[in-house]
Amino acid sequence: MFTYIIKRVIGAFAMLIVISMVTFGIFYVVPQWAGASPEAMASRYVGRAATPETVHLVAERLGFNDPVVVQYGRFVKGLVAGAEYDYGAGVEQCPAPCFGYSFISGQPVWPDLLDRMPVTFSLAIGAAVLWVVGGVCVGVISALRRGSFFDRLSMGTALAGVSLPIFFTGMLSLVVFSYGLGWTPPGGAWTDISVNPAQWAYNLLLPWITLAFLFAATYARLTRAGMLETMGEDYIRTARAKGLHEREVVVKHGLRAALTPILTLFGIDFGLLIGGAILTETTYTLPGLGQFAILAIRNQDMPQVMGVVLVAAMFVVVASLVVDLLYAVVDPRVRLS
Amino acid sequence: MTAPLDVSGSAAEAQPESVLAGAGKAIQGRSLTRIAWMRLRRDKIALTGGIVVVLLILVAVFASPIIAVFGHPPLEFHQDQIDQSTLLPKGAFGGMSGEYLLGVEPINGRDIFSRIVAGAWISLLIGFLATMLSVLIGTTLGVIAGYFGGWVDLVIGRLMDVFLAFPLLVFAIALAGVVPDKGFGLEGNGLRIAMMIFIIGFFSWPSIGRIVRGQTLSLREREFVDASRSLGARNGYILFREILPNLMAPILVYATLLIPTNILFEAALSFLGVGVNPPTPTWGGMLSEAVRFYTLPHFVLFPGLAIFVTVLAFNLFGDGLRDAFDPRAH
Repeated sequence: MFTYIIKRVIGAFAMLIVISMVTFGIFYVVPQWAGASPEAMASRYVGRAATPETVHLVAERLGFNDPVVVQYGRFVKGLVAGAEYDYGAGVEQCPAPCFGYSFISGQPVWPDLLDRMPVTFSLAIGAAVLWVVGGVCVGVISALRRGSFFDRLSMGTALAGVSLPIFFTGMLSLVVFSYGLGWTPPGGAWTDISVNPAQWAYNLLLPWITLAFLFAATYARLTRAGMLETMGEDYIRTARAKGLHEREVVVKHGLRAALTPILTLFGIDFGLLIGGAILTETTYTLPGLGQFAILAIRNQDMPQVMGVVLVAAMFVVVASLVVDLLYAVVDPRVRLS
Repeated sequence: MTAPLDVSGSAAEAQPESVLAGAGKAIQGRSLTRIAWMRLRRDKIALTGGIVVVLLILVAVFASPIIAVFGHPPLEFHQDQIDQSTLLPKGAFGGMSGEYLLGVEPINGRDIFSRIVAGAWISLLIGFLATMLSVLIGTTLGVIAGYFGGWVDLVIGRLMDVFLAFPLLVFAIALAGVVPDKGFGLEGNGLRIAMMIFIIGFFSWPSIGRIVRGQTLSLREREFVDASRSLGARNGYILFREILPNLMAPILVYATLLIPTNILFEAALSFLGVGVNPPTPTWGGMLSEAVRFYTLPHFVLFPGLAIFVTVLAFNLFGDGLRDAFDPRAH
């Protein structure tokens, strides 16, 4: 168990390093491959009205003339230990984690990201709970009542759910439930959970369901297949033969074994979840990281885009780590190996 | 071991009906492809999906003649169809009529039918080419990992894990943001399409890679590979002539199932405004313009339905293909 945890933590750490390299590559190396000179890179950092001398100076200060390895080292150091920017007139401290300063507002990126995080995390975590619980329940009932009307209906809906783009279902549900029936608030409504938990949940209900629907479909299909397989096993018959209650047979013996592949998928799906959250936020105009990223791209505000990418990637890594540890709880074989 | 069937007249009476029906004729061996094709022909749902896919490809290829007959050029403004005080379409149901089959867009009055038809090729092209790229990378690395095993397998396996854990959409958005208007010898939308094919294909190969690796692992141990090796065949021969032909079925199935995922991905990028540049019509781009007009359901509905029907058709056909090649897989 202990070695398993250590292994996973090291794996997650390695993953973070790879992610930092890829992010660095995207923002510092790819533009240079595509033919941007150090001056052109620097000009993105100083705004459009700068003189060639200033641009040259900034390129020198930000180190775009240095070898890539040195630039990468500086990039990581800024994230871990903070950075100092020497503007000639004075030295500016950028405390860790330093994601640089926005081109547009000149404000440090990190506090802005912190502001946006609760929205995205509320959306992602709420939807994840909803889709796992919903998907597994539907899958189990479908498997137990194989061939019934419920089974066919839910599996048909699941196939449709996999084929629907999330922004389309989001827009349709807004048209129907918000603007048509008036049951849910219009797009853009957001209340912090610390202000009013009930309002928070009410505002997020539609986005949660929209985001969960896409994933719940896959999980329902997978749970159904897994349950059908497990319920045919010999030990299920044994459990029934020794007189266990049917509910206990299904939940403790059947579902627990069928849950392992679900958990594996769940660990992988965090990457998709963040992507889905971005699309959902854009559809419902929620003030989260996704909307922040889209705005930043429209403004060509590279430090902000980079900040979102890194934060999203880190979230995925940490979440996968948590799932890996949960894995050990559900599947004893993992613990012992 | 079972003895070969004896279908001479005297034994025929003891045979089940299915064999009896074929009595008198010589029994022919059927290849896996043939059996799969027979199963697929009986699967009505999968066939419907397949037919819709073929129709969509035809629509994408013959977009210009279709638009010339049934609609107006996709970029043409029709201010006469727009109520200038509200900027909404004049006619009922978003301006739907015999002339404008699916109505017109608000503000500029562009023909929605034409735009959907004209947007088909981008979705399909990116879906197909990105899938080909990921099949190419996934098959190569999957076969190498499965066949050679050991540290090669370990390294490639880790690589797949890393790629699977990446928040793909976030990176795609970032890449789309930094790519300049010109570069790699391309410019404008050509560059953007090439970039999207690269991003989607490059990040979605591990799903194919895993399946190919698993299949290669089991194929490697089969008798015909042993036989080939004992006759002195080199690794290259075994890989290309013995293992790869046996991988074609699973690769075909999972490639078909990857295409709709990639089409959805392209739509998402266009929806977020980091895909193909407007005014070139794309289904995702049309939806993102529709966000501001919730009072006009037709504006939301038709591009969304176009994506839905396309993706569903590919999914149904892919599911049927999988069942046809391996009925137990479901």
